[in-house]
Amino acid sequence: MADEELEDNGQASGRPFWTGTITFGLVTIPVAIHSAIQSRGVGMRMLGPDEVPVQRRYVCSKDDEVLEADDIVRGYEIEKGKFVVITDDELEAIEPRKSREIDLKLFVDADAIEPIYFERAYFLVPTGGTNKAYRLLAEVMEKKKQAGIATFVMRAKEYLVAILAEQGILRAETLRFADEIRQPDEIGLPKVAKTTPAAVKKVETQIAKNAKKLSVREMTDDYAQRLEKLVTAKQKKKKDIVRAPEESKPEEGAEVVDLMAMLNKSLGGVRPAARKAPAAKKRKRA
Amino acid sequence: MHAGTQAVPVKLYSAVQDRSVHFRLLHKTDKSPVRQQLVSSESGETVEYAEVRKAYPLDPGRLVVLEKEELEKLQPKESRDIEVTRFVDIGEIDHRWYERSYYLGPDGDSKGYFAVAAALEKKGKEGIARWVMRDKEYVGSLRAEQGYLMLIVLRHADEIISTSALKAPSGRVLQKKELDMAEQLIQALHGEFDPTQFRDEYRDRVMDLVRTKAAGRKPKVVKFRPRAKETDDVTDALAASLAGMKRKASRG
Repeated sequence: MADEELEDNGQASGRPFWTGTITFGLVTIPVAIHSAIQSRGVGMRMLGPDEVPVQRRYVCSKDDEVLEADDIVRGYEIEKGKFVVITDDELEAIEPRKSREIDLKLFVDADAIEPIYFERAYFLVPTGGTNKAYRLLAEVMEKKKQAGIATFVMRAKEYLVAILAEQGILRAETLRFADEIRQPDEIGLPKVAKTTPAAVKKVETQIAKNAKKLSVREMTDDYAQRLEKLVTAKQKKKKDIVRAPEESKPEEGAEVVDLMAMLNKSLGGVRPAARKAPAAKKRKRA
Repeated sequence: MHAGTQAVPVKLYSAVQDRSVHFRLLHKTDKSPVRQQLVSSESGETVEYAEVRKAYPLDPGRLVVLEKEELEKLQPKESRDIEVTRFVDIGEIDHRWYERSYYLGPDGDSKGYFAVAAALEKKGKEGIARWVMRDKEYVGSLRAEQGYLMLIVLRHADEIISTSALKAPSGRVLQKKELDMAEQLIQALHGEFDPTQFRDEYRDRVMDLVRTKAAGRKPKVVKFRPRAKETDDVTDALAASLAGMKRKASRG
């Protein structure tokens, strides 16, 4: 699938999204990319009216013929109802050589990247025989507060990434392209208007009054908690519990793995998890 | 938007737009779009979307059915308010929490709006805001950007894997000479971050390919040669890179 986003693949299985090489100068660092965002997904299942799990299948919209993967091609709609078929081989042929390589030709001050550009974070795990180049890059980048910038193509999509170092670990953060960010005048916001110092002062007082430290408790998913409560209550009352065949496919996030344990293993050492999320919070909302 | 006793009327605008090329799935033989259908895993009979019931997995093989009405009750109350609960120092929220950005624009009177933007900027603070949008609750950061207010959706607490929970790769102590060379190399590659310098060129190539094929022409197929293998020794590679750069610099 060409329009798959980086984030939609392999996340639940703990497999890396991508393996390739980071280069700077002539130094090459083989790495694998793993999500730094944990999908909180067991996910809801779908049942038919008879409480039997349902499955998805593809059918032709014209004659309802049931289609297998081999019967399906990818098309771009050039005008309403008219498609140009694009094959995997054709997409691969226009992939640049750098598709297996994140070539850091530019290093910038890490804090020079505005927050609006950041899209999603991934951890980089060294996969080569030696991790020396990885550690060198991580140590120097962290000390000098630098971010390496590069573009690379993966699964028919080009990504702009910033490589950052924190506590000896390299991270890739996908960035939005400049033309994906709208400017205030584009959306028709009025010109910034001057306000009176008194009006600003009044807000400043309000800010000072409500200035507090950040609390993770503010970042909870209240919906997920309410859902969890409902599920627990129904389970206690033994209400609406149904048996499902083991092999029934969940809606999303098939195997939930402990991403952190997996990452620690790949980074080359196991340490007891410092952060233990209660199972109740790991559920994904419907 | 409410911050303390301050009420500021605002409108929400998406600050980002996806520009990736989107394809449709087609039936190979007749080029008709593909449709998804739900079928019973036992009988294979089609199930209408309206008939689908949601169930939450308890443990392997057991589900609890959640009725539509029960799920509806869990939904947040509709509200047009953005409630700012506290203000924190800029930098306290790591950008990994940021998910999607919106501009807030003044709705009607703009005096209060620009006063909030100016005050946030002056104090170096961002607000923690909560709001409901399309039946979903959001936690976000209220920031001043270029004199305007921006609302950035934050990810939830348990979605982010903290770096401190991970063990960094370890090994033999790095030598000062190697660190110095790596530092020099990074320094030599240092520049300003100008996002407009980067274009999604692959997207352009995909669109070229689409246009070529739409015009009935055959696309060109270019094969790339794999890159020659370089040295595995980091110290050698660093030295060679630095030497290469010096040569380039002296040539001007």
